[in-house]
Amino acid sequence: MPTIASLKKGQKGIIKTFSLDLVPLKLLEMGCLPGNEVTLVQLAPFHDPLYLNINGSHLAIRKEIAAQIEIELIP
Amino acid sequence: MAQQINVALVGNPNTGKTSVFNRLTGLNQKVGNYPGITVEKKEGLSKLGRGKKAHILDLPGTYSLNASSVDENVVIELLLNKNDKDFPDVAIVVCDVENLKRNLLLFTQIKDLGIPAILAINMSDRMQRKAISIDIPAMEARLETKIALISSRKNEGFEYLKELISNYKNISTKACMDATVIAPEYFERLKRTFPNQELYKLWLVITHDVNFGKLDRNEFKGVGSFQIESTGTLKRLQQKETIKRYQFINETLKETLFIDTANAKDLRSRFDRVLTHKVWGYVIFFGILLLMFQAIFDWSSYPMDFIDTTFASLSEWMMHTLPPGDFTNLLAEGIVPGLGGIIIFIPQIAFLFLFISVLEESGYMSRVVFLMDRIMRKFGLSGKSVVPLVSGTACAIPAIMATRNIENWKERLITILVTPFTTCSARLPVYLIIISLVIPEERIMGIFSLQGLTLMFLYFLGFASAIVSAYLLDKVLKIRNRSFFVIEMPNYKVPMPKNVVITVVEKTKSFVLGAGKIILAISVILWVLASYGPSNFKKAESLVMEANKGNDISQKELEAKIASFKLEHSYIGIIGKGLEPAVAPLGYDWKIGIAIVSSFAAREVFVGTLATIYSVGSEEKETIRNRMAAEINPILGAPQFNFASGVSLLLFYAFAMQCMSTLAVVRKETNSWKWPLWQLFFMSSLAYIVALGTYQILN
Ligand SMILES: Nc1nc2c(ncn2[C@@H]2O[C@H](COP(=O)(O)OP(=O)(O)OP(=O)(O)O)[C@@H](O)[C@H]2O)c(=O)[nH]1
Repeated sequence: MPTIASLKKGQKGIIKTFSLDLVPLKLLEMGCLPGNEVTLVQLAPFHDPLYLNINGSHLAIRKEIAAQIEIELIP
Repeated sequence: MAQQINVALVGNPNTGKTSVFNRLTGLNQKVGNYPGITVEKKEGLSKLGRGKKAHILDLPGTYSLNASSVDENVVIELLLNKNDKDFPDVAIVVCDVENLKRNLLLFTQIKDLGIPAILAINMSDRMQRKAISIDIPAMEARLETKIALISSRKNEGFEYLKELISNYKNISTKACMDATVIAPEYFERLKRTFPNQELYKLWLVITHDVNFGKLDRNEFKGVGSFQIESTGTLKRLQQKETIKRYQFINETLKETLFIDTANAKDLRSRFDRVLTHKVWGYVIFFGILLLMFQAIFDWSSYPMDFIDTTFASLSEWMMHTLPPGDFTNLLAEGIVPGLGGIIIFIPQIAFLFLFISVLEESGYMSRVVFLMDRIMRKFGLSGKSVVPLVSGTACAIPAIMATRNIENWKERLITILVTPFTTCSARLPVYLIIISLVIPEERIMGIFSLQGLTLMFLYFLGFASAIVSAYLLDKVLKIRNRSFFVIEMPNYKVPMPKNVVITVVEKTKSFVLGAGKIILAISVILWVLASYGPSNFKKAESLVMEANKGNDISQKELEAKIASFKLEHSYIGIIGKGLEPAVAPLGYDWKIGIAIVSSFAAREVFVGTLATIYSVGSEEKETIRNRMAAEINPILGAPQFNFASGVSLLLFYAFAMQCMSTLAVVRKETNSWKWPLWQLFFMSSLAYIVALGTYQILN
């Protein structure tokens, strides 16, 4: 199952599921919820952190968390 | 008392809350602290017209009422406590028109508390560029509120906003949605037990560890039995709540907010392509840092020279004009030089905060965090440590407070512990004066001034020690912590001059007043200690005359001998002599020893202390620097400030934890004495050892 961490720059996906224990509440409140669209905007060197557009909000998270959030790729 | 309406400004970070606050209150504002914690409390008065006034409180930015930091706790503690004197009659929820979807989450929560809430949609000047239009009446109906479309940048819509505040009684207190559907049975039970309470309010009280001391306990007697045992269950409910709220918001926006994507212009991606680029991003960041240091060291030297000479002449003028006596001496020898030592900082502090506030306002700081996170993590820090470390070059106190948005406790603790290594502006006067005394005024290859390079090296040393200690701490500290790093990447904006000016003025003012008080007190104490003494001091004149009987010396020399005899036998001289064995191996005499001890309160006191000690009893008031250059060490018979002792002093100040206020802030932020004491011990021993080694080798 692909996760946000496996997105390529410019690629989009739909958030499927994630373990609630590993993802902070703040991220949910910023729009990271199942069903929402996520785009990878930019990558820092070493593929970490990731600069995302989730549901219209622009934010950056570390790869560690990104790898917990499963998505379905939009071709 | 005239009617005053209590207003609280709430909103997500970066929605322009502070700008709205500045527009509403002008310079009529006051920045303080919430009692017991170091969260900034900003309040001000706003004239609403027709004799009405509003007391405006700017609450810390928060994404939701599910608080997870001290700053956010302030918000929910206030909103839950009807008895607080600041409890709002009406809340203004500030939103960014481009981020309405996310910003409204907080709005729906506030509505659930039954507090009348006005929705202020800010940045309306951006609507055209982004091709956004809003059906205000429809949105007002859906959200059960009144909406003011405002632009702090263009100063539009504030008249209407003030009118809404004046007539806050007309604003509905009804909730706009029902969040209790996430656990119907649970909330049904809660309602039966507390028929008169807002359910959402109870929910927050139950799920949060807020300060119940301030809440009326009786009001909530019995909530204990509703506690949710497992954090897993709680989080699942909070997720459900969030989803529920977003559903409502999405439905609302679908019918009321229209974006014509074809016509929207996007600057963000164009800027980001360069500013977060793998190579250019870093080049630009270092370029900005260079520019910043150039401003702090080069441009500010002109006003600083001016201040220095002005205070020297002021003190001389007082000596000559005021009637002679203890009071004049205290003024001219104690207070004026002491004050000069602090006012001289203003240009540098102002430049630094100017840069920091422009970088923050423009949205660039978040890009720096993004670029630096991975690198900083190698040293146990976070990308968010960059802001504290850079602010640390102004002052460690605001810098340590700025660590609050680092979610990971270990990374935050390490940042707090190492920030005092960065070269704060209080070290600058010490560095500048010593460098000008012991480093030759030469240029290398005709371009780089040797003195400038030395200063740059000291800054580099500060950062390097911070980074190396962070690395060591990361290895030593056994704290397990998951990284919950989330950072918003705001839109790029041209900073608003009004905001920048207010930040610079506020920060400079609080620095000068805070440090000024300490310095003033210490100067007075030092002056007293230096101007009085036990029996030998009182008999100074006759003793010196006695000793020099038969020697053929001029009146002037005799006076100088008396003055230095007096100083040595004053209380301060006695203390200093006692200290001498400890500082002599580092190359210092007792006067420097005194200056080091008194500058434990704050580093910049060092120069002021020497100024006070040297000017006591001396006839001419010269600049401090000339006075120091002329100082002869009686044992060596050579200038006291030579290369070896100078470098040793520079390094001492580079490492030593010489700042009481920083220790106090570390105590507050870490909630224990363990860390500040540890920090004090570690930094001071390091400083002593390095200074000792340096002097012994160079000498
Ligand atoms: N275009 C536009 N920009 C604005 C407006 N109001 C504020 N800004 C900009 O928005 C950014 C954030 O403003 P602040 O007032 O610092 O926002 P804040 O909500 O207090 O942010 P925090 O201090 O992080 O909580 C700044 O760059 C402002 O210049 C507005 O009406 N129009």
